[in-house]
Amino acid sequence: MFSFEGFLDLALIWYALIGVAILLYVLLDGFDLGVGILFPFAPDDQCRDNMMNSVAPFWDGNETWLVLGGGGMLAAFPLGYAVIMPAFYIPVILMLLGLIFRGVAFEFRFKADPDNRWVWDYSFHFGSLAAAFMQGVILGAFVQGVEVTGRSYAGGAFDWLNAYSLMTGVAVVFGYALLGGTWLVMKTEGQTRDWSRKSASYALIYQAFFLAMVSISMPVMNAGIRDLWFSVPNLFLLLPIPAASVVLLIVIWRDLHAGREYRPFLLSYALFLTGYLGIAISMWPYVVPFEITFRQAAAAPESQSLLLVGTIVLLPMILAYVGYCYYLFRGKVTEQQSSY
Amino acid sequence: MLESLDPVFLARVQFAFTISFHILFPAFTIGLASWLAVLEWRWLRTGKQVYADVYRMWVKIFAVTFGMGVVSGVVLSFQFGTNWSVFSDAGGNVIGPLLGYEVLTAFFLEASFLGVMLFGWNRVSPRLHFAATVIVAAGTLVSAFWILSANSWMQTPAGFRVGAEGLLYPTDWLAVIFNPSFPYRFIHMVTAAYLTTAFTVAGIGAFYLWRGRHAAHARVMLGMAMIMAVFVAPLQLVIGDMHGLNTFEHQPAKVAAMEGLWETTSGAPLLLFGWPDQNAEMTRYAVELPKLSSLILTHDLDGEVRGLKAWPADERPPAAVVFWTFRIMVGLGLLMIATGVAAIVLYFRKRLFDTRWFQYWCMALTPSGFVAVLAGWFVTEVGRQPWIVQGVLRTEDAVSPVVGTSVALSLAAFILVYVFVFGAGSYYILHLIGKGPEDGESAYGAHGMEQPPLVTDVTGKKGGRHV
Ligand code: HDD
Ligand code: HEM
Ligand code: HEM
Repeated sequence: MFSFEGFLDLALIWYALIGVAILLYVLLDGFDLGVGILFPFAPDDQCRDNMMNSVAPFWDGNETWLVLGGGGMLAAFPLGYAVIMPAFYIPVILMLLGLIFRGVAFEFRFKADPDNRWVWDYSFHFGSLAAAFMQGVILGAFVQGVEVTGRSYAGGAFDWLNAYSLMTGVAVVFGYALLGGTWLVMKTEGQTRDWSRKSASYALIYQAFFLAMVSISMPVMNAGIRDLWFSVPNLFLLLPIPAASVVLLIVIWRDLHAGREYRPFLLSYALFLTGYLGIAISMWPYVVPFEITFRQAAAAPESQSLLLVGTIVLLPMILAYVGYCYYLFRGKVTEQQSSY
Repeated sequence: MLESLDPVFLARVQFAFTISFHILFPAFTIGLASWLAVLEWRWLRTGKQVYADVYRMWVKIFAVTFGMGVVSGVVLSFQFGTNWSVFSDAGGNVIGPLLGYEVLTAFFLEASFLGVMLFGWNRVSPRLHFAATVIVAAGTLVSAFWILSANSWMQTPAGFRVGAEGLLYPTDWLAVIFNPSFPYRFIHMVTAAYLTTAFTVAGIGAFYLWRGRHAAHARVMLGMAMIMAVFVAPLQLVIGDMHGLNTFEHQPAKVAAMEGLWETTSGAPLLLFGWPDQNAEMTRYAVELPKLSSLILTHDLDGEVRGLKAWPADERPPAAVVFWTFRIMVGLGLLMIATGVAAIVLYFRKRLFDTRWFQYWCMALTPSGFVAVLAGWFVTEVGRQPWIVQGVLRTEDAVSPVVGTSVALSLAAFILVYVFVFGAGSYYILHLIGKGPEDGESAYGAHGMEQPPLVTDVTGKKGGRHV
């Protein structure tokens, strides 16, 4: 049996890798879900066709990062997985149901006859909305901590539900709407693009508001996080993160109004990255806040080693062919005559 | 009232429901992906339009089925945590990496190249498009490899030790992955998927012939499906037999349930029918062939076969379910073999494509693969009870600390959503079948494609259609 335990900090590496998988999920599926969130507000059916076409080749691959996050968690931090899933039982199930409605809409919408197409339009919209909202709720509940006794979840069925988690739910909805809107600015033209630009601007305003809310509330709610961020020298080391968010917000706003098409999307990614980093730093070193650290939850070193070999070999390949697919479907989705 | 519901029972029902739904899609897509690859290869080689037409009809059905397979699969990957968290905690060290490898080696591959396969018509060369089809097909097989390895390990665990607090630790990865029942289960399942696809395609081909539509296309469908039936159906009997012998060695209680045998017997009979009664500890109304079980299982007319009573009552699987689902599977397998034989006879009489009764017969067997696959999994999974990991962890001890109400309500939600969503999917598939292949529809690739695909070309060509 091989194990890299002796010369690698396996638990730390896996903590980082799972963090990256979840980040990639948020960034990638974020724009798909955002497109779904904006979907019914589009000016006409032609726009909606274009919107859906712009993400159709990608959504499945993007969602796979979620499966990797979940599967990787089971492999690398089984204890964490075993506590978190029961703790967020209801929001997880609702998220999954949302993902079902979202996922099937891609195929069904184009197969349905025009009279029934609205069913799948709403399936796409409400599925995306529910999935995004529930992810935000889970995030909000997660950062507030989870009750644990021994090796299992000890709280109730509705511990995740409170005003704060609802707020983060809405925050994620607007955040994804921003990603979706800027994606569409990049991938569409004409009427769809102009409308997307407006939607993205609105989403950006809300995003700024919620970002501020979350940044202020986390240290207020939790003494540990407060000490982490507001003690010297941390304060100065970490200051670039919120500062970068503010700069990014302003630049995205100006880019959108200056008619730029690519940069708003990329900068929205940067904005998400700053938010994600902020949360990640606050959650360190927990897998189950504030009960189980990544060292306590770590799987056997043999298990982490085995999967690490595969990850090192396969992850670059995956990134390469995923990149190839994005390259293949580059360029704008054009206004086209529908022939369904 | 809901509080009194037993979370273990509900979790089992929920898992059985969601996975039974899920397996219907892989059972079809694994076979279909490989078949599409063969079709596209034939088309590239011969240039015959009929192959392209058939491909383009079935790739649409594939897309719908695959989509449903993906969304139902994502649900499953979370079920281990939501419903079986104690199992996840205890077994995560061993089973987690296998599922992780499935994502890394298969899911990303399938998901990415599916996009190329469906939407890449006008953006890649025919060769590359063919490569995408092959990659998707390979992805489905790799996916089956890992998930069946994980499942087989739960049936016949090996290469691990039990540590503190009941946690399981791997000691030998090769022994874990290639655990004793894995090779049999993997081959049996892949063959099952091929047969499922073959009989579905055959039924639809027969339907077109019966209605006198799309004759040329229907011949390709029925003909290729029958090649499968002729060669693979008998093979499945052999593989299944070996699989059963392997089970006899490692999970004898399951075999006792399949045979409906209660007393340990030398020269055990083969029961054709009967009703195993768990409480009375006997099989009622048995119709039996003397000594045959012993012969099959031990290759000796007087070999000893252990009966269910050799295990304490709380370690016996529910015999009736296992007994009957086993007979459904084997019965359908025999019907498939018979179909292959009939096809050979008709072929040599040059009547394969215009024999009425045979068309009815094939239409009737359209769902046979799905039923056999479900039946087979019920044999396997119910026969493992009361264990979730055979001999190591009991199902009732593996359940999540979640209240019955949550599980009951989520189960109800799953049932409603699945029936609605997958009902609609099935409707669209039937609709596509009703429409049939479009004759001489322009083929794919930058060469000769008049209507560019859904996502239009960078160069700005206009006009689009889906798939
Ligand atoms: C014998 C084959 C087989 C079996 C027993 C299972 N699956 Fe499956 N699964 C597949 C064969 C497959 C597949 C052929 O690879 C699918 C079907 C359609 C698809 O998209 O891939 C798939 C899809 C699929 C997906 C979506 C992948 C994606 O996003 O592209 C997930 C997460 C799972 N499965 C998870 C599971 C789990 C947790 C199972 C058991 C508990 C399971 N599957 C049983
Ligand atoms: C894909 C086809 C499959 C089908 C149709 C199927 C069916 C079932 C059924 C009917 C049960 C309930 C048995 C009972 O409680 O009496 C069950 C249980 C279970 N199966 Fe499977 N199964 C399949 C594959 C798998 C795979 C691939 C895995 C894991 C890798 C798996 C893991 C489990 C687990 C964890 C349970 C719950 C515990 C239990 O009730 O035994 N199953 N399955
Ligand atoms: C023709 C004779 C057949 C025999 C003798 C046979 C034998 C078996 C046995 C003994 C098992 C249980 C293995 C275990 O759990 O330990 C099994 C499972 C199964 N069978 Fe069959 N089988 C036959 C035909 C078929 C057919 C035609 C299909 C589907 C098209 C099928 C699909 C399955 C599936 C999906 C399973 C569960 C997965 C597994 O354990 O491999 N079988 N079979």
